[in-house]
Amino acid sequence: MFAAGLSLIFGVMRLVNIAHGDFIVLSAYLGLTVVASTGMHPLLALIIVVPTMAAIGYFLQRGILNQTLGDDILPPLLVTFGLSVILQNLFLAGYSADPQKMDAGALETASVSVAGLSLGILPLLTFGIAIVVIASLQYMFFCTSLGRAFRAVSDNQDIAQLMGLNKRHMFGLAMGIALGVTAIAGILLGIRTSFDPTAGSARLIFGFEAVIIGGLGNLWGTLAGGIILGVAQTIGAKIDPGWQLLSGHIAFLIVLAIRPQGLFPRVSG
Amino acid sequence: MPDPILSLKKLDAFYGDFQALYGVDMEMAEGEVIAIIGANGAGKSTLLRSISGLMSNESDQVNFLGKGIGAHRADEIAALGLALVPEGRQLFPSLSVEENLLIGGRLNRKGPWDLQSVFDLFPVLKERRAYPSTALSGGQQQMVAIGRALMANPDLILFDEISLGLAPVIIKSIYDALPGIVGDGMSAIIVEQDISKALSVSDRVYCLMEGRVTLKGAADSISREAISHAYFGID
Amino acid sequence: MSVQTHSVSRGSQSAKVAAFLGVIVLIVLIAAPWWAGRADMRLMGEMFLYLSLACLWNLMAGYAGLVSVGQQAYVGFGGYMLFALTMFAGLPPLVAIVGAGVLGALISIPVAALIFRLRGAYFAIGTWVMAEVFRLSFAQVSSLGGGSGSSLPVGIVRSLAGSRSARESLAYWMALGAAVVVIAAVYLFLRSRRGLALTAIRDNELAAASLGIDVWRIKFVVYVVTGGLTAMLGALIFLQKLRISPDAAFSVNDWTAFVIFIVVIGGIGTLEGPIIGTLVFFALRETLADLGTIYLIVLGFVAIVVMLKAPRGVWGFVRERYDIQLFPLAYHVQKKPKTDK
Repeated sequence: MFAAGLSLIFGVMRLVNIAHGDFIVLSAYLGLTVVASTGMHPLLALIIVVPTMAAIGYFLQRGILNQTLGDDILPPLLVTFGLSVILQNLFLAGYSADPQKMDAGALETASVSVAGLSLGILPLLTFGIAIVVIASLQYMFFCTSLGRAFRAVSDNQDIAQLMGLNKRHMFGLAMGIALGVTAIAGILLGIRTSFDPTAGSARLIFGFEAVIIGGLGNLWGTLAGGIILGVAQTIGAKIDPGWQLLSGHIAFLIVLAIRPQGLFPRVSG
Repeated sequence: MPDPILSLKKLDAFYGDFQALYGVDMEMAEGEVIAIIGANGAGKSTLLRSISGLMSNESDQVNFLGKGIGAHRADEIAALGLALVPEGRQLFPSLSVEENLLIGGRLNRKGPWDLQSVFDLFPVLKERRAYPSTALSGGQQQMVAIGRALMANPDLILFDEISLGLAPVIIKSIYDALPGIVGDGMSAIIVEQDISKALSVSDRVYCLMEGRVTLKGAADSISREAISHAYFGID
Repeated sequence: MSVQTHSVSRGSQSAKVAAFLGVIVLIVLIAAPWWAGRADMRLMGEMFLYLSLACLWNLMAGYAGLVSVGQQAYVGFGGYMLFALTMFAGLPPLVAIVGAGVLGALISIPVAALIFRLRGAYFAIGTWVMAEVFRLSFAQVSSLGGGSGSSLPVGIVRSLAGSRSARESLAYWMALGAAVVVIAAVYLFLRSRRGLALTAIRDNELAAASLGIDVWRIKFVVYVVTGGLTAMLGALIFLQKLRISPDAAFSVNDWTAFVIFIVVIGGIGTLEGPIIGTLVFFALRETLADLGTIYLIVLGFVAIVVMLKAPRGVWGFVRERYDIQLFPLAYHVQKKPKTDK
């Protein structure tokens, strides 16, 4: 799901956000702070964290990232890289290097039994939320006038301007939505596993791999890519614990070698 | 002349170090149709890009409806009621025909044009409304591009080389449709390399050469010799 | 502005002065073991290594348009190869450094073949993935210490030079030599036919391709050469550190983030940029290092501001103002001085 946000940014703005992983961690920390200060359930914290992140996304885009857009890919890349370093060290300064985790109470261990398999509620919930989020993004993208505007800007920025679309505003909105989605991912991450200030780059890499495996600009493909990575990691972990992460990367490289356009390239229309 | 809808004052335009327009002056009245002719590289498209805000200029160099818009962004200018049919059509490939038209109409300006009236003007688009815009022929794409601009109900519409790369029969049908478009008071600037086509639909004509206006006059009184002199710079 | 009389030349007065000063500085630097303290020498050695890394990254990103955030792959690879070659193959360290470079170039060939399928920004993250693969792979090699790393055996260290001060001088000279070699190599490469083609690619890839320049091949060559040289530098770096672990060897902050900041601050796409950037970076580091994390935040901030306000970096700014260059690379059109401003 982190990948879905990433995919959206890639798709609309052709911008690569290296700090994306760190924004996931940022939302996890925000969630942690909200939970710690109000004592509410982590999932409820979404109500606060998602809009906050969306607002951060919008103003970040309007304030900084819009200035970097252009034909040259270097400026956005380097600026987000700088952001990434700043965020990581802000986490370090603010929350220390110790891994932290959000407590979701009984939800974490609860499980249901389906056909003899015991499935945790939390993974199921995560999966369910991922599908709902992607479905609504898909709907937003293809069935609403906002989505139409996003696609128009993504196709041809100049001409979209002629239609009265302010691309700066559109990019801001896209980034806002992307970070809102990121916030959901971040909270779920914070409930599921512990995280520390440097957890972001691993997230970024996996999100990116899922996007490439799934095919650029295809949100369902991104979900499938995420599943493939997850499966590869689980298999790798069975062979040898040290192989868990590596096998995910290897799966990615194999896909890249055989089908560089991704397993499910974008279908037009 | 009453208050002009559009006036250009000493408009210069640059691509980096390269100057494409040198002090172009122009005035047009409301409801007027102006043709801009000139050879490749004369600065015609640059002129339209400057007017529509795709290129930035100094504020008072371009005046639209009494406002200096030279430094405005394209989307702000579009909201004031100026639409461009870009050269080479430039539809949005990931949008369907209907969606392309709807994007054009998203400013919600009042006027005669809506999905229905565009489909009345170009009935073929109604049949193809759900097609991806890339699946259309060149002529049909041009119709979408024109329809998309009309959907904004602009006060001034700019056409950039609408006959480029199209079969003569298609060009004819598009030009046949033009009077229906500009008939009810909409002002238009038509950039065209096909001189006779341009003259046939316009009130006045400007000729550009190497970024300067070399000729202007009423479309029906201007002589062929004057045009070829202004067009090529030869006698 | 184009109606003045011009003459075209490559050299310039400032370049001649710079070359002369450069030779003097170099002589002074070579003599450093006789005038500098131990700590200073260590610092300068580190500076030279960073300078070399920055030059190489600049060659890739600034000239070939290959923005890599995974150069730590080669730094770490080179470091590990040094350890492997000296410990298992029994090669003397100096030979092992060269060997590490050769192996680095070799391994970069299949890597390039894979990640060159990715465009632009995807390429950048692709290089990062490769670096992660390298890191995780080396963490699996238990004979090199696995995840916790290993130290270079004392015997091998001794074989370099007998006394400690001699070793330190040697390490310093090697770092200096590496910097000189890398700068000279990049400079000569850019002045060659290939370099001209590279500059053409930087300016307009499509146009360059239409002129018959094999864009893919040139980028490939740049990537492989950079990979090899970076691996050599990695070997040098870990010969000084004497201890290696996957996290240190493949650290994205140490070997890529800092290098990128150096280049960006100094001025990307110029040869002078990395030199200035290195000086600025180390000045910042030495003054702010006590602040810990704040220092990195400041660094990130400075880099963003530079990128937004002066995308050509400090050197780009200087060059725009005063029209000088220390390495005669650009062709110069000399014109009468403008009277305004």
